[in-house]
Amino acid sequence: MSPDLVVHGVEWTVKELFVYPNEFIYWSIQIVMYPYMTGLVAGAFVLSSLYHVFDQKGLKDIAQFSLVFSLALLPVAALPLLLHLQQPTRAMEPLLTPHFTSAIAAFGIVFTTYALIVVSEIWFVYRKYFVEQVQELKGKSGIANTMTRLLYQVLTMGAYDVSDEAIAVDNKAAKILAGVGIPVACFLHGYAGFIFGSVKANALWMSPLMPVIFIMSAVVSGIALCMLTYIIIMEWQAFRNRRSADKSVQIHGAEKAVVFEAGRYLLGFLVAAITLEMLDLIFRGYTAMKSWDILRSVMYGKDFFNIFILQYTLGNLVPFILLLLPKLTIKRTVVALILILFGVFMMRWNVVIGGQAFSLSFSGYMHYHIPIIPHSMETFKEGLFGALTVIAIPFVLFSIINKFVPSLRSH
Amino acid sequence: MTCSRRQFLKDTATTTLAAALPVSTMVFLTPGELKAAVENKKTRWTFLVDTNKCVGCGMCVKACKLENEIPYDAPVTRTWVERYVITKDGEAHIDSPMGGRDGFIDDKIRDEVIDPKDITKAFFVPKLCNQCENAPCVQVCPVGATYQTEDGVVLIDRDWCIGCGYCIMACPYGVRFFHPVTKTADKCNFCYHRTSKGLEPACVQACAFDARKIGNLKDPDDPVAKTIATKRVAVLKDEYGTKPHVFYLGLDENVR
Repeated sequence: MSPDLVVHGVEWTVKELFVYPNEFIYWSIQIVMYPYMTGLVAGAFVLSSLYHVFDQKGLKDIAQFSLVFSLALLPVAALPLLLHLQQPTRAMEPLLTPHFTSAIAAFGIVFTTYALIVVSEIWFVYRKYFVEQVQELKGKSGIANTMTRLLYQVLTMGAYDVSDEAIAVDNKAAKILAGVGIPVACFLHGYAGFIFGSVKANALWMSPLMPVIFIMSAVVSGIALCMLTYIIIMEWQAFRNRRSADKSVQIHGAEKAVVFEAGRYLLGFLVAAITLEMLDLIFRGYTAMKSWDILRSVMYGKDFFNIFILQYTLGNLVPFILLLLPKLTIKRTVVALILILFGVFMMRWNVVIGGQAFSLSFSGYMHYHIPIIPHSMETFKEGLFGALTVIAIPFVLFSIINKFVPSLRSH
Repeated sequence: MTCSRRQFLKDTATTTLAAALPVSTMVFLTPGELKAAVENKKTRWTFLVDTNKCVGCGMCVKACKLENEIPYDAPVTRTWVERYVITKDGEAHIDSPMGGRDGFIDDKIRDEVIDPKDITKAFFVPKLCNQCENAPCVQVCPVGATYQTEDGVVLIDRDWCIGCGYCIMACPYGVRFFHPVTKTADKCNFCYHRTSKGLEPACVQACAFDARKIGNLKDPDDPVAKTIATKRVAVLKDEYGTKPHVFYLGLDENVR
């Protein structure tokens, strides 16, 4: 075989016993990243909506941040899909010629709807701020000031009315959008679960519970990431404040009340997610269909460490205990949050890679060896560094967006 | 005549509803359904594999690779042959090295030597795309790049496939793969370029033992259609509801 002839999947698949010739791990790390990133988007939005819709005042600080952060995460939800396509230049085809019997065809529509909701909600929340900026920069000279003013002028879209009535209308609009956004965010992610759950050929994936499990774990991971980023940024600001000579401004770091309030919601969704996953597992074992023999050997044998040690124990049980033990501190919360994020990642991994760990013949296994050091475009895209790129981008985007739409204000 | 705005809107709504009611009783057909209803399909390609006759020479796999330009040494193939060796302990030892392309000339199955005295039965099973009537690959393609022709064969448009791999995941038979050169989904299509010219598929032509046959299920005089109608035939994995159209004679319960 000539060296430039790459059969997709051969690079990282190791077969054991009898596997059909054409079977490889076709969906690799980027397809693990896809539900993980959309989950974060959906979860961040749900967290912000808890404040905007259900008036959870304790969440005000983190809610503004989550809303802007979900915008930064949004483009990255589509990126893994683009990176895993064998024909990335044809990525727009599902939007141009959608074939509606396919779950993937709905992606463009759901994704666009959701993006519009997030962007317009941010606009309503921040319109007053945009107007203020324009007025503040009006008198000032200099190119930078002029450019910034022009940008804010564009962002106001000509709506300069900041009377009380106008702001009340804005708030109402934001509330409605946040309300509509919750089901759309759940749909965006539930449908990612549907993509897997509806593959009848795959014994591990096929389950009507899959979309619901995906939504619950999405909310868990989204809340966890927002809390974690919020804590890190606020503590960083407090740290810098302590170091600086200027003592006129006092920054106290992350608000404990905010963090613990969000933590309570996190625990609730975590319990729901684990309950559903356990139900799925018990049901499979109890009904013991034809596929159960091979599924059991994968879950309790080959993937035992990944599923029961890394995902359930380290990713679910340990943080659960950490958050429930009395005298919760910010530091302990941070450890629990990192473990939860890791646990949800492992859940995605165990679904996507675990679902391809056994042959369709039920007579053999496939092992995934993630490419670490890339030596071609494909091993970069579908390797460790491709995944790290996807993880890094939302933080870069957030730092840019946050310059113009400040979502973290210190008291 | 005067007409208030409210009245105008009311009347418009009523008229639209009244007009829509009879329309809703009609059945809308896709162009394909319409054509099928008018013309009455004359062909439904179907395949018959006689596992009793297969000797595992691998000539079908060779012929297929050459005919369909699947890189010869790439570990993917549109058709393949599986070897089953069942031992006294009831265990099935299965293999298909390089899809059986070079024939099964080695006694070993994955470096395991099986004592001939332990073997209760052994046989070969050729596999290929089942051209399902209810094809999951066609259902899940997000852009409609894979579709079913009127004569039942599922084809792939290489110029429109985005390479997402959803069809590969959806196929319970594992017949699909990414073509190493075109980077698009690929699979057996009963050599559509040959059958539409009245030729046999390459694998059928290459089989010296008559283990592979193609026929038209809609033609009562077709020998394959007659065999399927009169003999005891089986299909693979019918529990998935895909309605496969590759029929097997002498299919063993061990076959996966």
